[in-house]
Amino acid sequence: MISLIPRKDIPLALTVMTPIIAIALTLIVGAIIFATLGYDPLRALYQFFIAPVSRPDQIGDLFVKACPLIIIASGLVFCYRANVWNIGAEGQLILGAVFAGYVALTFPGLPGWAMMPLMVIAGMIGGLLWAMIPALLKTRFNTNEILVSLMLTYVAALLIDWIVRGPWRDPMSFGFPLTKMYEDAALISRIELPGIGYLGQLHWGVVGALLLAVGAWFVLSRMLVGFQVKVMGAAPRAGRFAGFSPSFVTVMVLGISGAAAGVAGMVEVSANIGQLQPDISFGYGFTAIIVAFLARLNPLAVIGAGLVVALAELGGDSAQIALGMPKVVTGVFKGILLFMLLAGETFNRFHVEIRLPKSAATKVSAGQN
Amino acid sequence: MLLFFFEQVQTAAALRPHLSEAFMTARPRTKTSTNSAKKAVVAAPTHQTLLLNASGIVKRFGNFTANDDVSFSIYEGEIHALLGENGAGKSTFVKMVYGLMQPDSGVLEWRGQPVTITGPQHARDMGIGMVFQHFSLFQALTVAENIQLALPAGESLSGLSDRVRRMSAEYGIGVDPDARVHNLSVGQQQRVEIMRCLLQNPSLLIMDEPTSVLTPQETDQLFDVLRRFSDSGVAILFISHKLDEIRALTSRATVLRRGINVGTVDTDTRSARQLAEMMVGEMVGDVARNTAPSDGDVLLEISHLSRPRPTQFATPLRKISLQARQGEILAIAGIAGNGQDELMEAMIGEWRAESDGIIFLKGLDITHAGPAVRRNAGIGFVPEERNGHAAVPTMSLAENNLLTSHSLDGAVKNGVIDDDAMRQAAADVATAFDVRLPNENSLASALSGGNLQKFVVGREIAKSPEVLIVSQPTWGVDVGAAMFIRSAMLELAAKGSAVVMISQDLEEVFMIAHRIAVLYDGHLSAAMDATGLTAEKVGLLMGGSAAGKGPDA
Repeated sequence: MISLIPRKDIPLALTVMTPIIAIALTLIVGAIIFATLGYDPLRALYQFFIAPVSRPDQIGDLFVKACPLIIIASGLVFCYRANVWNIGAEGQLILGAVFAGYVALTFPGLPGWAMMPLMVIAGMIGGLLWAMIPALLKTRFNTNEILVSLMLTYVAALLIDWIVRGPWRDPMSFGFPLTKMYEDAALISRIELPGIGYLGQLHWGVVGALLLAVGAWFVLSRMLVGFQVKVMGAAPRAGRFAGFSPSFVTVMVLGISGAAAGVAGMVEVSANIGQLQPDISFGYGFTAIIVAFLARLNPLAVIGAGLVVALAELGGDSAQIALGMPKVVTGVFKGILLFMLLAGETFNRFHVEIRLPKSAATKVSAGQN
Repeated sequence: MLLFFFEQVQTAAALRPHLSEAFMTARPRTKTSTNSAKKAVVAAPTHQTLLLNASGIVKRFGNFTANDDVSFSIYEGEIHALLGENGAGKSTFVKMVYGLMQPDSGVLEWRGQPVTITGPQHARDMGIGMVFQHFSLFQALTVAENIQLALPAGESLSGLSDRVRRMSAEYGIGVDPDARVHNLSVGQQQRVEIMRCLLQNPSLLIMDEPTSVLTPQETDQLFDVLRRFSDSGVAILFISHKLDEIRALTSRATVLRRGINVGTVDTDTRSARQLAEMMVGEMVGDVARNTAPSDGDVLLEISHLSRPRPTQFATPLRKISLQARQGEILAIAGIAGNGQDELMEAMIGEWRAESDGIIFLKGLDITHAGPAVRRNAGIGFVPEERNGHAAVPTMSLAENNLLTSHSLDGAVKNGVIDDDAMRQAAADVATAFDVRLPNENSLASALSGGNLQKFVVGREIAKSPEVLIVSQPTWGVDVGAAMFIRSAMLELAAKGSAVVMISQDLEEVFMIAHRIAVLYDGHLSAAMDATGLTAEKVGLLMGGSAAGKGPDA
């Protein structure tokens, strides 16, 4: 019998070494796979890890890529800490973009100081309302939020598809499923660094994402609501004993994560696209789930995890372009990277014990002393 | 997601030891009369064949002896009761008979031949069936489908349905093979479970507290069925602590107390009172405490608290009333599963009655208040389960202290937790109540049971609550910690608070309580003065036998 036994004390050195070992193993396994497939392993690894960040403007782009992941994952952390499984951030992102788009397209004349806050609020409301569907169904009828939130993602995708092909389509778009371009006031501007200028596509939304992650950390680790979330996730019965309401926590965490995803949708459109179209997200709502877990559900670590995952995405693109590597291979490599990081994390917290069934029985009874 | 699942596994693993702990932990021995001299020996019914004979069975868990030299025999067609308090060793014994555990020493003989029962399948093959207290059926399947799952493959569903109907008619069981299980009452579901055992033609049927989930009418029906089995030659080993039922149904009873066979007696010639005395031993209310002022103000009052069965196997509460006065410890004695958990949840406010005027604190109606509001009003709670109820195992002691103080002054300002105050409060509790920590930031799970219990009791007493409500305050903790906790509760009462203590440990109850009430099947008896009260009387109430029925009741 193989068991994972939680470590009582985790040495700091082990915690530091774990991601390094994981990345080293990824490089080795990746190199073997690339070599087997006939690619020069060193060039392939270069394309994955170095090429996407070899110029300052690319570093800006890395942050831009990580931006929606960090925003969404900062919200998802609340859900997963509370043992509430919101898998539908992608749909909440779309609804956030649609609500913010409604403000941008309906009131194009608003000045920038009014437009941006209104769009952010609209984005939050859109994502929040979409997340309230699984929340209320769960608290009212005890439905499974995993299924409901996931299925609503497909509803949301069809909804935006219909909107941009139907009611909101720009009459001048020559039949393309696109809305009008947003006015400048509804666009998030790039950051101009003094003395350096623009850093790729780096925009103010990234700053917002970083602040959001820090804010999420503060709420989760220092505030009573964060404590409620953690207690409900770790021991729901103790939470009820403390006087916390399970329904309130469920609604709250789904609301927080929905609002965060909605903001991510608003930022993604206003910073990178400039109008609504059928596809506004590259699965950020799903990728952010990985980011949240890679960060061990710690909002501060979400920043680093978001950057790592964004790098893997960009590296995959770069390997496809430079080496003609098929998309499936880059996908496999990304998978190996995440697998190694998560496995390393697991072995950091648990050690493996392999026992024969017979001796297992003696150990168990010995443990009763 | 991977990590989440590991955490789940971890939590489950963290909870499991407690379950076994509750079952296996040694309780301090009581001053009981030596029993070997009184051990009653009843002439075995000689006209029948000996079916199962156990002699000298010993089972130890670590340094706790769950079964100490237990001998037992049952004859064909006999209905034999196994009687005892929680932790007396009843379950351990039948688990060995059913092959779930192996005795450390001693011999089991089946029809005269020594046997080693290797597992439940082996037991079933030999002809031993068991109906567990908390049986499990697939709710969405029909009766016949459920039974088919338990039988060896090969029998068609329709053939099986016919057999079920025939057997049902023969024994008057009244089970419809085509009914869906979720449409059946608990009593009917139990009959399905019995049917499942019966179709394997057992010669011995073990029933673990079968009546705890039944209404009185269902109990009567069950007894009729069991008597028919007995007439057809099936032996029944009936585990219970309900004295009247045992006397009504069985011919002999074997009484276990703290792992020892106190005696096998003829239930026709023994009164419920005598059985109760055998079950709990002899204890007399002892003066290890100051006498409580009998005229103390009523601090906590519960008036006609009723609660429907929250889950299938739970006990409903039936018009419970109590008054806890200033300066006293009021003990609620009783055997586990008679409504303790349901009552505790109602007192904490995790479950709240819908009507008004049921729970009062100093005359103030707190029936609809949640746990945090009740705490603010001056009540402290210590639930039975340390891990996952009173404390979060994966959190630090400081955070666990916050669990029951977040609504009080100073702990949280504008929604932000005062970190320093939180740590200081936990450290103060640890110092005052001698909680030994591996290090300052230790998680609750790193503490021993006794230390964690001192902490969860201490964090409530540290707030000087006017009313302290505790459940099994010393369950599974070492003797030193138990004495510490008990004297802390006495001290709190002496300062003028009221303490309500739910406890299954009669020794503890007699040691510190000023007044004692007994919870049986969701009913709470009137509270009696502990001084001069005998264990016999409490034991009778614990066994559901009204004390006033006279010696031959």
